[in-house]
Amino acid sequence: MELTRLPLLKSALKSRYPQLAVFIVMLVGYIFAILAGLIGTPVGSHNFSIVFVWIGWWAILILVAVPFFGRGWCAVCPIPLPGEWLQRGAILSPPDKKPKWLNLRVPKMFRNIWLQNISFLLLALFSSVLLTTPNITGIILAAMLFTAIGLSMIFERRAFCRYLCPVGGFIGLYSQTAPIELRINDKQVCAKCEGKPCYNGNEKGYGCPWDVFPGGLTKNTYCGLCMECLRTCPHDNIALNLRPFAADLAKPSARMDEAFKAFIMLGSAMIYAGVLLGPWGALKDAAYNVGSGAWFVYAAAFLAIIFVVLPGTFRLMIFPSPIGRGAALSPSKGAGVRAFAALSNSLIPLGLMFWVAFSLSFVLTNASYIFAALSDPLGLGWNLFGTANIAWQPILTSILAPAQTLSLVGGLAWSARTAQRSAQEAHVSSVPVVVYCFIVTAFMLWLLL
Amino acid sequence: MAWILLGLLAAVVAFAPLPALSSPPQARTLRQGSAQAFEIDARQFAYSPSELKVNTGDTVTIQLVSADVVHGLYVDGYDVSVEADPGQSATLTFVADKPGSFRFRCNITCGAMHPFMIGKLTVGSNDWLYRSIGFSILAIIGILLFPRSTPITNYQLPPTDH
Repeated sequence: MELTRLPLLKSALKSRYPQLAVFIVMLVGYIFAILAGLIGTPVGSHNFSIVFVWIGWWAILILVAVPFFGRGWCAVCPIPLPGEWLQRGAILSPPDKKPKWLNLRVPKMFRNIWLQNISFLLLALFSSVLLTTPNITGIILAAMLFTAIGLSMIFERRAFCRYLCPVGGFIGLYSQTAPIELRINDKQVCAKCEGKPCYNGNEKGYGCPWDVFPGGLTKNTYCGLCMECLRTCPHDNIALNLRPFAADLAKPSARMDEAFKAFIMLGSAMIYAGVLLGPWGALKDAAYNVGSGAWFVYAAAFLAIIFVVLPGTFRLMIFPSPIGRGAALSPSKGAGVRAFAALSNSLIPLGLMFWVAFSLSFVLTNASYIFAALSDPLGLGWNLFGTANIAWQPILTSILAPAQTLSLVGGLAWSARTAQRSAQEAHVSSVPVVVYCFIVTAFMLWLLL
Repeated sequence: MAWILLGLLAAVVAFAPLPALSSPPQARTLRQGSAQAFEIDARQFAYSPSELKVNTGDTVTIQLVSADVVHGLYVDGYDVSVEADPGQSATLTFVADKPGSFRFRCNITCGAMHPFMIGKLTVGSNDWLYRSIGFSILAIIGILLFPRSTPITNYQLPPTDH
């Protein structure tokens, strides 16, 4: 179903003003979160930066935005805005075609999501401190803002969003499961289109900030839903469509950076569930005491699980026999790697549902902090809306376990179905992938229930 | 027909009584008939012991001893709590009449990792975990037995180079 056939929605998406209004609200909130982190109370559960970023924003992102709108968050994210405004030398006015600042192209070796994988892991290793310490959250938020500005001065388009943002990497991965997509209506129209204004820009708008040619879009991963192409296309050939969930996974990616992103996200959800929500105090101590010997052991174990245990087990299960492994590596090494990467796509729905199940527990338990932080965002004793003294109380805990089971079992079935499609294309059996998904799901159930 | 069978199996997994699994009381527990008493040390940001197992219907008494700052202990699902001042102890008593697995957690802000100061109480056996694993097995049996009716054809894996 083409949503852009709805005149009201289409005009709202083409106009810059509604998006700008949301952008400004988001940017104000973001800057306030930085300030709250830096000057507010050091008690995380009473500081706007912790409560609104890691409980409020996270809940909306992982439970609503990513599953249903894919990169919808990226469409309103405030982080690239100041840099983009400086890069363009304008906020709303049409481009003048003169490049601002250095306007360099990102080197080819960095045009993948490995840097995003690394930036996510760097944050993940320090997450126990990041999630609980307001000034660290404030510093990280500020660092992301200034890094985005710096990269906008050096490189063309949104280099930070596309290649470095630690959040954008997994949003892109999981956006493939969303029931919404931006695509073209007719390939021939794009093929004959002169100047490719959707990519290069024209008087109506800017060239794709995400460095994507919409005419070649086959999946959501790198489309930021910024709607510039909707504005610039002279042939009205851009459409925002409703579609079945996970339609992109019918065309599995064969990229190792994306394959490892799937393992990183799957493993991180499991480690967080054990460390943050489990009853093991020694694990929490190790994760929190950054720089201690225990933390180094924790970090090494974290990385080993993500880069060795999970992908290694997966590979051994897909190619169990030496003959099979040999066939995968030589003489057609590329085919084996592509099969591994393509089958890893099966883990995308499961990983998303792992994060949903983990986040449900974390968010429902701590959501009541939002009301107190709303009235007293800096922890200075204010009571702006009369809710500052609302006592902590978990909400909806009676439905938590069934909801988590539904998420995890649903994710397992979804991944198993995806594996059948991917395995068919890779000419291998889907059974090992399904069994792998079952094992990690059973482990996650044990961690959460 | 097969889907109906799977549905019936799912209903069995969901509602059939499970065989009683032994859940012996753990160390530092004084067995008092149907009463269970625990002494739990609380310090930033962990409980010791952090995992408790009791039988359904037991009267549970928890003596919370705080080693450093003020700590609380709130039991999810039972909505009961207790607070202990530094170096002091406080007692919580309740009847564990709801079977299953429940988190208990600190409900007094006690430092940075306070939201993650968590323990686990298992009342009887953790039936929901076993049922959930049963659902998982049924789900993959269903998926494996009934593959997609419309296989994708004429699609080639993309090259790794992008």
